[in-house]
Amino acid sequence: MSAADQGDGDREAALPEGRGDLPRQDDAPALWRDLRRFTDARVGLGRAGTAVPTAAHLDFQEAHARARDAVWSALDVPALARAIGLPHARVRSMAADRRSYLLRPDLGRRLAENASIPHAPGTVAFVIADGLCAIGVQRHAPAVLQRILPLLALPPGPIVIAEQARVALGDDIAERIGAAAVVVMIGERPGLSATDSLGLYITWAPRRGRTDAERNCISNVRPGGMGYDDAAAKAAWLLRAAQRLGATGVALKDDMPAIALPGP
Amino acid sequence: MAAMPFAQTLGGTRFVFDDLKTLLARATPLRSGDVLAGIAAASAAERIAAQRALADLPLSHFLSEAVVPFETDEVTRLIMDRHDAAAFAPVRHLTVGGFRDWLLVAEPAAVTALAPGLTPEMAAAVSKIMRVADLMQVAAKCRVVTRFRNTIGLPGTLSIRLQPNHPTDDPRGIAAGVLDGLLLGAGDAVIGINPATDNVEAVMRVLEMLDRVRDRFEIPTQTCVLSHVTTTMLAMDRGAPVDLVFQSIGGTQATNASFGVSLSVLKEAREQALALGRGTLGDNVMYFETGQGSALSAEAHHGVDQQTIEARAYAVAREFHPLLVNTVVGFIGPEYLFDGKQILRAGLEDHFCGKLLGLPMGVDVCYTNHAEADQDDMDTLLTCLAVAGVTYVMGVPGADDVMLAYQSTSFHDGLTARAMLGKRAAPEFEDWMTRMGIGLDADRIPARLSPALIGLE
Repeated sequence: MSAADQGDGDREAALPEGRGDLPRQDDAPALWRDLRRFTDARVGLGRAGTAVPTAAHLDFQEAHARARDAVWSALDVPALARAIGLPHARVRSMAADRRSYLLRPDLGRRLAENASIPHAPGTVAFVIADGLCAIGVQRHAPAVLQRILPLLALPPGPIVIAEQARVALGDDIAERIGAAAVVVMIGERPGLSATDSLGLYITWAPRRGRTDAERNCISNVRPGGMGYDDAAAKAAWLLRAAQRLGATGVALKDDMPAIALPGP
Repeated sequence: MAAMPFAQTLGGTRFVFDDLKTLLARATPLRSGDVLAGIAAASAAERIAAQRALADLPLSHFLSEAVVPFETDEVTRLIMDRHDAAAFAPVRHLTVGGFRDWLLVAEPAAVTALAPGLTPEMAAAVSKIMRVADLMQVAAKCRVVTRFRNTIGLPGTLSIRLQPNHPTDDPRGIAAGVLDGLLLGAGDAVIGINPATDNVEAVMRVLEMLDRVRDRFEIPTQTCVLSHVTTTMLAMDRGAPVDLVFQSIGGTQATNASFGVSLSVLKEAREQALALGRGTLGDNVMYFETGQGSALSAEAHHGVDQQTIEARAYAVAREFHPLLVNTVVGFIGPEYLFDGKQILRAGLEDHFCGKLLGLPMGVDVCYTNHAEADQDDMDTLLTCLAVAGVTYVMGVPGADDVMLAYQSTSFHDGLTARAMLGKRAAPEFEDWMTRMGIGLDADRIPARLSPALIGLE
């Protein structure tokens, strides 16, 4: 414990302080900046002293502003229904509005009174839900759904559009359907780089009270993340594996080979 | 273990608290998760009444009344079984209020020696009657040092976990983030990736890539892919280069069940990792993450407030001698910690309780976009934590995690905290940075860290 002295401020930090002036974004060293070819992460930002330069700082603030607004985006249900182009039911959770949804996740997991859900035992039910951001659901859910349907080993069940919904609302819905499995396609929390991520949660033998450890998740489905075809193939693979095993979640190890499965 | 009610009269009003867990819940500074659970104080007056009653409670009471039943919860059994009466002796005679005063006066060695004698509930209780400054100065007295390939937690150091997550686990995308972080002094705590999926093959690919980068650059640090413990065990079975075994844990048996783990699984995983013998300086092979609210989220909180449950997770952690433990304080969302103020207090409570219980405690200083918080709140928390001697914080490119969709601290933030407070990296890592020429010329990547060496061409 004696190898280092108490921090007493009289020694420089391990990196130099920088030059005090404000370098522009373009002044970032070429090689360093070139790291951005490999990732959308905020690498190669350069430095102003130990902080980020002004341009990078304001880029961040702008992205945060957009994400804040995205949290409050609402699902355009008629447009979503048109894009799906298949029969569907429409339900709401017990959360009356966005603020209630954010502060009371328990309400987002329970169906509102008088929900009308079709009965279709033994099927794979699909719940399309706004979740924490409606933008990705609106943009990507219809395309992913269209790609999953032809890959199913079990009969496709009802499609249910759900508002102010948490993942576990799918358990409540699917239990009433009598579904063998449910795929919840739900808007993920918006990030700074992406405000349109879709998540797919797959639960075998869904019923109220299932925990998250009993689900498998495919996250960050969007053109810049996991593509539609890959997401659909993985979902279909997980559903087949779940049917064999009779379970999803921790018990179902995702060891799907990396090679692409044959398409529809 | 029969519960007795506690009472406190305040300005002519008599407040009664049915049992210990109710007293603790009502005494907890306001946060949305306890309101959501329906256990928070109904008024500011009820809260301070509970705090006064709690301050008068003998510490020894915590050894006779469990907040979660002993019979049905293996975490409670672990807490009781591991309690060290000899270590507890110096404070055995104190009330919770007297304990606060004792902590503020005591020398670092005395505070540090207390850890095995304290239960998580004692630590949580005293934190509830402490201000932020109290939490900071007492935590700063605790000495916790751990080792794998370097030495974490020496006085005057602040380590950084390099967290270069990528939305599809693309090896070159991750490598670019690693290099960026190394050039900004991050990575001495661990180079740790949250994988986009729990696919064993994908996890093994990232493990092998990280190990190659560490080997090429000869970095005295450890790597980790934060997959589920059972996935990591499978990867070890298949010969993957696993330095640290990661797992998210909670403070009740049912919370851990919701994570798909138990004490026996964690024990088995640790033994498997120890058998690999990959640590050069020490054998702290576990890495845990925690966070207030996970028990309520899993409906596994037993009516106990979220901060007390969080402290109980530290009893789980310390059983397995981890290299690193961090609370992911603002990740869980506004239904548990509503805004920057609640996140600030929770982060400092978690750090304090972890340190007091003997853990190498770090904090993921973070928030999500649906919380009422921003980067200013994170700057404040990071600075307070660095003053409090936090073991490590996260380093994420530009503070923006493009995989997990939340904001943490950036490489730059780590540099800034170190520079402002005169903190340094782990000594082995600092020597390595000097050897590699990091920081000598801010405009160029040192030749020894050529991107070509790790496949970035």
